[in-house]
Amino acid sequence: MPVIKDAVCSLCGSLCDDITVTVEDNKITKIENACILGHSKFVGMFEHDRIETPMIRKDGELVPVSYEEAIGAAAKILVNSRRTLSYGWCSTSCEAISKAIQLAEETGSLIDSTANVCHGPSALAAQEKGAPGASLGVIKNRADVIVFWGCNPVHAHPRHMSRYSSFSKGLFSTKGRKGRKMVVIDVRKTDTAKLADRYVEIEQGSDLLLITALRSAVNGHEDVIPQTVAGVSKEEVLELAETLKNAQFSCVFFGMGVTQSRSKYKNGDGVSSLISDLNQHSKAVMIGMRGHYNVTGFGQVATWETGFPMAIDFARGFPYYNPGETGANDVLVREEADAAIISAADAGAHFPQKAVRHLAKIPVIQIDPYANPTTELADVVIPAAVVGIEAEGTAYRMDAIPLRMKKLIDTEFKTDEQIAKDLIAKVRELKGGA
Amino acid sequence: MSEILIKNANLCDPIQGINCENMDICIRDGKIVESVSENAEIIDAGGRLTMAGGFDGHTHSAGKINVGRFINPNDARRKLVPGLSGPEKRTEKTRAQVGYNTPNTYAIGYRYAKLGYTTICEAAIPMLAARHTHEEFKEIPILDKMGLSLFGSNWQVMEYIRDKEPEKLAAYVAWGLKASRGYGVKIVNAGGGEAWGWGKNVNGLYDPVPNFDVTPAEILMGLVEANEKLQLPHSVHVHCNNLGKPGNYETTIETMKMFEKVKPTVDRQSLHVTHVQFNAYAGTSWRDFETGAPMVSDYLNSANHLTFDLGQVIFGPAVTMTADGPVEYANSRLLHEKWSNQDIELEDASGVVPLSYSPKSFINAVQWAIGLELALLVEDPWKIMFTTDSPNGGSFVNYPEAFTYLMSAKKREQVISGFGQMALDRMVLPGIDRELSFYELAIMTRSMQSKMYSRPEKGNLKVGSDADIAIYDIIPGDIDPSVEHEKVKQAFSGAAYTLKDGKVVVKDGQIEATPMGRTYWVNAKVPADIDSAMQKDTDIKFKKYYTVSKSNYMVEDSYLPNPVEISTEGVF
Repeated sequence: MPVIKDAVCSLCGSLCDDITVTVEDNKITKIENACILGHSKFVGMFEHDRIETPMIRKDGELVPVSYEEAIGAAAKILVNSRRTLSYGWCSTSCEAISKAIQLAEETGSLIDSTANVCHGPSALAAQEKGAPGASLGVIKNRADVIVFWGCNPVHAHPRHMSRYSSFSKGLFSTKGRKGRKMVVIDVRKTDTAKLADRYVEIEQGSDLLLITALRSAVNGHEDVIPQTVAGVSKEEVLELAETLKNAQFSCVFFGMGVTQSRSKYKNGDGVSSLISDLNQHSKAVMIGMRGHYNVTGFGQVATWETGFPMAIDFARGFPYYNPGETGANDVLVREEADAAIISAADAGAHFPQKAVRHLAKIPVIQIDPYANPTTELADVVIPAAVVGIEAEGTAYRMDAIPLRMKKLIDTEFKTDEQIAKDLIAKVRELKGGA
Repeated sequence: MSEILIKNANLCDPIQGINCENMDICIRDGKIVESVSENAEIIDAGGRLTMAGGFDGHTHSAGKINVGRFINPNDARRKLVPGLSGPEKRTEKTRAQVGYNTPNTYAIGYRYAKLGYTTICEAAIPMLAARHTHEEFKEIPILDKMGLSLFGSNWQVMEYIRDKEPEKLAAYVAWGLKASRGYGVKIVNAGGGEAWGWGKNVNGLYDPVPNFDVTPAEILMGLVEANEKLQLPHSVHVHCNNLGKPGNYETTIETMKMFEKVKPTVDRQSLHVTHVQFNAYAGTSWRDFETGAPMVSDYLNSANHLTFDLGQVIFGPAVTMTADGPVEYANSRLLHEKWSNQDIELEDASGVVPLSYSPKSFINAVQWAIGLELALLVEDPWKIMFTTDSPNGGSFVNYPEAFTYLMSAKKREQVISGFGQMALDRMVLPGIDRELSFYELAIMTRSMQSKMYSRPEKGNLKVGSDADIAIYDIIPGDIDPSVEHEKVKQAFSGAAYTLKDGKVVVKDGQIEATPMGRTYWVNAKVPADIDSAMQKDTDIKFKKYYTVSKSNYMVEDSYLPNPVEISTEGVF
């Protein structure tokens, strides 16, 4: 029986690449090294609600059709639309993303990723102040102070702490967890916080206050810090600042608690400024805890192909970027989109009600291996192979390190990349005919 | 079989010693041939200036440039150079384009081709992220590509040098090139990337790297020995220590001198020093900063073992991007600019900071002058590659503007007239009246690269060479570049024709076709026993320190849609 080593897990942004998979009769029968989330993804393939066949909604019901029919119907929607939203493309390969961008360009669509409801503000922060980071192995080998801010890796990135951060050992961190100080800043005592040397509980939405206070302390302006900031005592702020300043190498890992709470991108901007200030004293970097396994890849591919990482509007024939105006939710809430193509993400589950209500009114094409709330809104459903299991391709880890995902088993399903290519061809055919 | 006859070309081909002579050029199946049949398609060059396709041997065009794009979305909309920057709609033939310093991948291909360039070399591939470079290469149309892999702060490299294991070091370099599909050895601020892992830097050639007990000088000498042992087609490509610091010209000359004793095993230089403008600074601080170009040029005129490129500054916005992590942090603090950084485990560092060069700043004015002084004070153009270290000194789309600085003293005077007295006191450029000819320009932009990179089929139009050709709308005998510099700039800004492998890709400055270019990479052969001894050491590195598996480190074939493998035999 084939045993495939060093498979890349296509679940979260940690992109663990040491998974051993045993395949028997084209079924995965054993998975080693994966965390519970990764394990569920590999086995879930055969247990969860796969979309078995392409479908088109007729008289309110999704009816099975051939791939050809579904792609034809989808292409017709795209050709007849004057304002298509293409959304998602984060749990798929860079190769598929590249084709999705080409499709958006050829149809004058607006294309956006899940960053719209996740780390989008981190991109805006980087555009304000830059993003001083490092690859995860740098943290593993060097960091003696690790801060998790507004993130909970125990549940969201279960192997992060053992492979890359708190518990990992490296050349200059031979003692692993014992030689490290671990700080968690959050609004509630998460399971990650329970493992920390220091847990700093802050009032919800007050991250920017604490970041600013820390910067004041790091830059020698203690006097401007009030007795309590963000629900944290001045004394604790000063101690935390000292810990960071006296580190040999510190890293702030930040999650949606920072990016999607009050002050949004200003929080990331503040963290970036704090990191720059800290480097006057010791080495410090920041890394965003990205969720979807290839949301980082979407940002990379979109940036080299269009100049922008997300919220790209091709209506003018060239890429135009103005998040707040050209984000996925912006065009839905304004009821501007007249059709949508949603792939490898679940807008139906994750978008605000007003956006979802508009999605229900317009033709929606879904490309996904699994049925999810978006399926309920979809007019054309195109099932796809699961990338990293049934299809190979590139993904970028949260630290922008690209890895090649392997194909582990055969499938009859088309890949996202192939579906996007088919759509491009069909759209060209329909436009040529018109 | 496809045949083209270019009639009445005014050929400037320094490798053949042809200096603007009218002749016909015959092409069959993408190569230059002696003659073609009567059925050949005819292009009438009409006596216009014809050169081999340009070859930019040091440009940041794939990989790190994406960080530049990411943090500077405003650059996408910049339209500073008409026809070669800013947003352009998708057409039947071309993808949508954006950008000036950091264009999207498609624009990089189209715009280089419009300048008559057909080959580029990406200046820095971080090996762990090499797939990224190749992914961008795949989306850069038309051009042939190669890239240089970073070795200068690599743990395995430093340990082998410390432990005096030159054979294993050579084997590791060979393996690293294969893993990253690189073309050559890039050394950036030797040892400085590792020091930056602790927020520190090395201060010169003999300042030991923390924890590794080697000096930058030893790293340079160790890697050049490996480079020559492997008979690599390119020499080591060095970004000197102390870049960007007043007084650094001394380190630069010292570095160049160290290589005098190196015997190259391939018929090329033993050292290439890159973007020397940033490393030819005199003075002791930014207050008494002045040009160090005369001292560096004096040395370069006396030496025959090396080549260098300019890193010419262009006034206006630029984006600095380098594996020299500490330099970028210093830039960001000095300029109060946004700062991105990306240290790569066990290998190197990097950073990206946008900036703007202003003729009103005496420092920027002197930097601008230093690049030109180097080009004009160094007598032998075969030692000089023209670059802006794009986009560090400025975007490559400004090359035509920069050519006029080299070819016209009048044009230089125009620019210099805007400088303050303090700037003028710190430079020697106003006293230089040399003006380069088309022949000398051709050497610096395509011919010297042929030898420098051991690509005999590039940078010339000999029989057998690649039919990569640029025809510019200039009749050399009818133009005085010294006076008519505006016409020269126009002509170089949009080639009348660019041919890539015998196919017309640009006509009258517009894109005609977008074939996919090649990617060159080097496979250096190493004796099996040395290779396996080296692999055992590398296995430990992956097991204990890297966060990716060794098997997932190697760039797969599928990332190189049109690969050209250059095999070399190591001398062990």
